[in-house]
Amino acid sequence: MKEIVVISGKGGTGKTSITGCFAALAENAVLADCDVDAADLHMLLAPEVIKKTDFISGHEAVVREDDCTSCGICMEKCKFGAIEVNSEGKYRVDPFGCEGCMVCVEVCPVKAIDFPPNHCGEWYFSHTRFGPMVHAKLGVAQENSGKLVSTVRREATLKAKELGRDLLIVDGPPGIGCPVIASITGATLLVVVTEPTISGKHDMKRVLELANHFSIPAYVIVNKWDINPGMTGEIEADVVNAGAHPIGRIPYDRAFTVSQINGRTLVEETTGAVVENITTIWESVCQKLK
Amino acid sequence: MRIAVASGKGGTGKTTVAVALSLAASEPVLYADCDVEEPNGSIFLRPENERTEEVLVEIPEIDEAVCTSCAACARFCQFNALVSLGTPPLVFPELCHSCGGCRIVCPSGAISWKNVSIGEIAIGKSDRGRISVVQGKLNVGSSLAPPVIRQVKTHIPEDSLCVLDCPPGTACPVIESLNGADYVLLVTEPTPFGLHDLKLAVDTVRELSLPFSVVINRCDEGNDGVENYCAGERIHIIARIPHKRSMAEAYSRGGNLFDAIPEMRDLFRDIPRMIERGIAVE
Repeated sequence: MKEIVVISGKGGTGKTSITGCFAALAENAVLADCDVDAADLHMLLAPEVIKKTDFISGHEAVVREDDCTSCGICMEKCKFGAIEVNSEGKYRVDPFGCEGCMVCVEVCPVKAIDFPPNHCGEWYFSHTRFGPMVHAKLGVAQENSGKLVSTVRREATLKAKELGRDLLIVDGPPGIGCPVIASITGATLLVVVTEPTISGKHDMKRVLELANHFSIPAYVIVNKWDINPGMTGEIEADVVNAGAHPIGRIPYDRAFTVSQINGRTLVEETTGAVVENITTIWESVCQKLK
Repeated sequence: MRIAVASGKGGTGKTTVAVALSLAASEPVLYADCDVEEPNGSIFLRPENERTEEVLVEIPEIDEAVCTSCAACARFCQFNALVSLGTPPLVFPELCHSCGGCRIVCPSGAISWKNVSIGEIAIGKSDRGRISVVQGKLNVGSSLAPPVIRQVKTHIPEDSLCVLDCPPGTACPVIESLNGADYVLLVTEPTPFGLHDLKLAVDTVRELSLPFSVVINRCDEGNDGVENYCAGERIHIIARIPHKRSMAEAYSRGGNLFDAIPEMRDLFRDIPRMIERGIAVE
């Protein structure tokens, strides 16, 4: 099975709009949204949720106030500054600071710290007009986004095998950290969407370094290329220098916003040059998969 | 006062707003770039006389001559950063959160610490010394942004104006950046994606009990969804930035908001005072 992951480094360059178009153009694919803390692909694909599953991952420390002797050892050993003490000398764990490492549970001399499993969000298996989709929602202010990304990819892969589909199209998160690494490791190829701005160029270079680090071939789309044609040329030269490949340009087009408002992918919304561009890019991506 | 600039969705204009606040401030200000995966503030602020420091985290080092292969460390580690198959454990540094648990549970004292670098902090001055710029940068291939963000924040003095440029999303790097902030500006755009992710960001800052208001960027694009949502939720909209092709072009070259729309400078100068007076407190 082949897997395409769409990433960008910088947010807001058009990852999800382009992934939506790929979903519409692909045949026999399973779709996955791995931007689990700000997922948007469902707004274009209107998935009908077939199955919802709780995502339980890691644990959270909770002090039992009645048993706590206020010795302070937990606070001393916590590397994350997540233990607080109030004016009455009562200790508690700040749930937003706690990384679930279990050190406080281990060092508490009277075993007054519980360690219940953490409900971090949920993931969904859904039907869309373009095929099956796996997506997720990370709970508010929750940890473990990387593990939720891994869960989404694993479940999407299993679904594809079960249904005899040979392609996975993944909408990735912005950045280069934990959830991005969890989204791309082992992928067949990356489609990197950038824009012709200094920030877009800077962030794309870091993403291409990451692609090299994991030895995954990367193909770069310059979206809104006509905002700054000179910068577009510079970016494409940088792409080649980084050992990656330019795979097309998409002009700035208000139809992207209009299609979002209408809850449709761009290729369903409009016709003309911008759609032809995207269709050509998709055909090139399919060639690279062979 | 620490003002954090955040958003659910990426690319809505966080950095544009954070840089504009720093440039317009009528007093010395510290700009802290907490978007350590993709830091962009320095592109627009162009700090000078930068010095750098490494971000080091501690990971376990196993003394194989002392290790009895009991695997207590691997059983304890909540992040699967140590794996033992009847052997001295293998360490996977990129999974380690540096909690120190393995060392505490090792019965034979076989574990010591070694430092590894996961990023860099750059500290410089901009606008003839008035703006201090602190930028965190995660090394490519390292996965853990929060320790880099924590180190950025060690450079913020008490009792001075500080603007924190946060990463996108709502997960741990954002929580780490918002921790200790006095006020949050949530930057969004009036599109369905912008609105959807704004709602997630609002849930997050409410969960953290932080006062906030909203900045709508490219306010004349898209639809009324964000305006209607804010009205319904009684969320104050502190600024509306119009969409101008000149802004997009200035931004593409590393120009700032006031290069394209100079008349917005007064509003951004006044925002810290408006927040202090409580006008924009939810």
